Amino acid sequence: MYDVLIIGCGIVGAATAFELSKYDLKVGVLERYNDVANGATKANSAILHAGFDPKPTTKMAPLNVKGVKLAKQICKDMSVEYRELPSLVLAFNERDLKHINVLYKRGLDNGVEGMKILTKEETLTLEPEVAPNVLGALYAPAAIVNPWGYALALAEVAVVNGVKLHLSCEVKAIEKCEDSTFEVTTTGGTFRSKYIVNAAGAFSENIHEMVGGTGFIQDNVCGQYYVLDKSEGKRVNSVIFQCPDERGKGVLVSPTVHGNLIVGPDAYRVNDGDAVATDKDTIHLLKARGMKSVPGINFREVIHEYAGVRPNTQIDDFIIEESPYCKNFVNLAGIKSPGLSAAPAIAIEAAEILASCGLAMNKKDSYETKRECIAFRHLSDEEKIEVIKKNPLYGHIICRCETVTEGEIVDAIHRPIVPRSIDAIKRRCNAGMGRCQGGFCSPKVHEILARELGCSMDDIIMDEDGSYILIGRTKEGIHYEK
Amino acid sequence: MKNNYDVVIIGGGPAGLAAAISAYETGASVLVVERDREVGGILNQCIHNGFGLHYFKEELTGPEYAGKFADKLSQTEADVLIDTMVLKIENAGDIKKVHCISTENGYQIIDAKSVVLCMGCRERTRGAIAIPGDRPAGVLTAGTAQRYVNIEGWMPGKRIVILGSGDIGLIMARRMTLEGAKVLACIELCPYSNGLTRNIVQCLDDFDIPLYLSHTITDIVGRQRVEKVVVSKVDENRMPIPGSEFEIECDTLLLSVGLIPENELTKGAGIELDRRTNGAFVYENMQTSVDGIFASGNVVHVHDLVDFVTAESTKAGKAAAEYALGKRVDSNDCITVNNGPGVNYTVPQRIRTSNLDKVVEVFFRTNAVRGASVIKVLSGDTVVGEYKRERMAPGEMEKIVLPAAKLKALSADITVSVESL
Repeated sequence: MYDVLIIGCGIVGAATAFELSKYDLKVGVLERYNDVANGATKANSAILHAGFDPKPTTKMAPLNVKGVKLAKQICKDMSVEYRELPSLVLAFNERDLKHINVLYKRGLDNGVEGMKILTKEETLTLEPEVAPNVLGALYAPAAIVNPWGYALALAEVAVVNGVKLHLSCEVKAIEKCEDSTFEVTTTGGTFRSKYIVNAAGAFSENIHEMVGGTGFIQDNVCGQYYVLDKSEGKRVNSVIFQCPDERGKGVLVSPTVHGNLIVGPDAYRVNDGDAVATDKDTIHLLKARGMKSVPGINFREVIHEYAGVRPNTQIDDFIIEESPYCKNFVNLAGIKSPGLSAAPAIAIEAAEILASCGLAMNKKDSYETKRECIAFRHLSDEEKIEVIKKNPLYGHIICRCETVTEGEIVDAIHRPIVPRSIDAIKRRCNAGMGRCQGGFCSPKVHEILARELGCSMDDIIMDEDGSYILIGRTKEGIHYEK
Repeated sequence: MKNNYDVVIIGGGPAGLAAAISAYETGASVLVVERDREVGGILNQCIHNGFGLHYFKEELTGPEYAGKFADKLSQTEADVLIDTMVLKIENAGDIKKVHCISTENGYQIIDAKSVVLCMGCRERTRGAIAIPGDRPAGVLTAGTAQRYVNIEGWMPGKRIVILGSGDIGLIMARRMTLEGAKVLACIELCPYSNGLTRNIVQCLDDFDIPLYLSHTITDIVGRQRVEKVVVSKVDENRMPIPGSEFEIECDTLLLSVGLIPENELTKGAGIELDRRTNGAFVYENMQTSVDGIFASGNVVHVHDLVDFVTAESTKAGKAAAEYALGKRVDSNDCITVNNGPGVNYTVPQRIRTSNLDKVVEVFFRTNAVRGASVIKVLSGDTVVGEYKRERMAPGEMEKIVLPAAKLKALSADITVSVESL
């Protein structure tokens, strides 16, 4: 019997798991995929927002501002790639200028520090690649982060602190028992718990319905992005936003912590929370929209496209409360933008709600808050020399585009949350994220995974369960059609 | 093991091997740094034949072709570091510092008087050409599939569609068929194939594999693994024509949609790159814009035939050795080779005429399939040369030989153009 079961291990589930792992509680996490951070958390803008966007009356506003402050320390403690940089909201006309002033005032109300309204000249001095017809900009301090690395780190430290992570356990039914505990049936077994936290992202409504809940309607929005090679990664050194216009919220141009440049997202409604296919008719429209802000972007350097679902609901706010329909069932739903920014603050609020529901919360005497992880590419020459001396596998480059070594991959495989697919290694080590998109390294990563996990090459999958890579040995051709 | 050499060669594929032998024969001390576990580069997975017809006048397989050079190199005193990755090249004036790492030797900094860049190229990916749709397993480049099949002995699928009719795609169509897979179609965006004619005949026609010219893939369907692809006809601007779609049920999509020279080290060393080739600008002796750093093979421009890589790299190796040994002083008198109509790029892009002996070879690609054509080399109104061809295609690299005497007499740059007759 768990005290708390968290459903979903994206950034919200992982942050909640970490927060609850500080207390004397039996906590379990149910994740439908075979790895953490496989939904909205892995496909978004990867920005920790300053907090001027949400209206002051929302839950989003204070949680955003508080969340990014917490994120800074967590990323430092847990070796998560994180970089502070300015964010600019560009104004191209009178309406935009009014809008950035509204945002500025809203930011002040929300307690955002360090904002300024920049003139045209100041904007272009800070970011010479911005379109010369810019009239001014709202400046605010922001940060970029590796979003799946962030969730993985939180989940991993939670596991070190005793949280049980159950992967490949898609929740199919939740029953409230007579002793008012829950019985949760999943594709990977049945679990009992006194409390439930619903952090199921784009599927929160479905989970809530399982306990007879209603009141919010999932209204998921999909957004597509381009990823450009590192050769474009220094085109700008700020997150460049646009004001909303008749086409929607505007497209952002931003460096990533990996040194690439992203351009996106657009926004269109999707019924399916898994709808992350890119669309040929719309994705290319991002190019012109991105070039409105930064005309010099060289789209010949595109290396990847992705689409992500934002777990939106019809309510213009996060839904963070005990369900009015089911006691001891806490919804963390509708966590769209700025969900990544707010996550650690949402987790603290979730813990407070659980306490107010009657859960006895006693802090442990000690728990882990740190995690060390070596990223070879970020080391200085001297550090590289040392790390190879300690472990010669760090001298063997597997992914040439991202300079990822065998040492990092082997280490990742033997960490508390075991990666079992090529993409799980990509999320942990960056191998295959670069310009050749795994063309050279995926067979090598494949071999290392099979070797370290002690399984056959054809047991290794690309990502989700069922995403097999190999069908068997060569010279077995005549058997294929049997 | 020494930590300084006259010439350090980065990459032990066909370009690096030829450059190493040539530099050694010119009298230099030579080191080859290879990132893989053996030299030979991508030739090691090209187990089909057809290599060496120009250079050896016989048909060899890829490993045989590489083996001949590897054997020859092993008989010299040149050193080879395998499983060693170069991280960066620092240009410290007369000395180039090559930073590399390996499990065996750790972090090494090797001094070189000159460097030859022979890193080859990589395959263009799904991401680079933005094929829309789901992101399942079963979409891989033809070269990656070739490694799985020929090196590792594993089959990546059994019902195969190939996008792009580059040579690797064509070779893999035959290879997968011989291994028992069903290759359902080869889809080509252009109205012509970019592969060699002999490969179209031997790899598609002989196995009744349909080639769809002026078609592309507009959707990939399948959540975990490829289930089908949607193919559309394209118009003259290569845009999909609505209503022309048809589906092919398959489990694998192989991509053969072009090769890109791998120039990250080159960029890091501050060398000037040519947007047309995606490789370094080179002079007549394959020197880049940085003194003492040379480049040859697919890292400069993508070749069709390894034989030409060998010839180009022999030239680069010799020049790098002469530079290291102080045997040459380069003059600054330089003419630029411009691209006229019908020409996509040229290599070299710059010629220092006083360095020329008798002739200089200029390589280029035309921009369209043509029948009888004439290649014109002009300098202002002066005709430097005219060369007739019965047929030209972007998929087949052209070579013209310009006489040094004529170039030395010029006072202006030259332009290479192609006219259909």
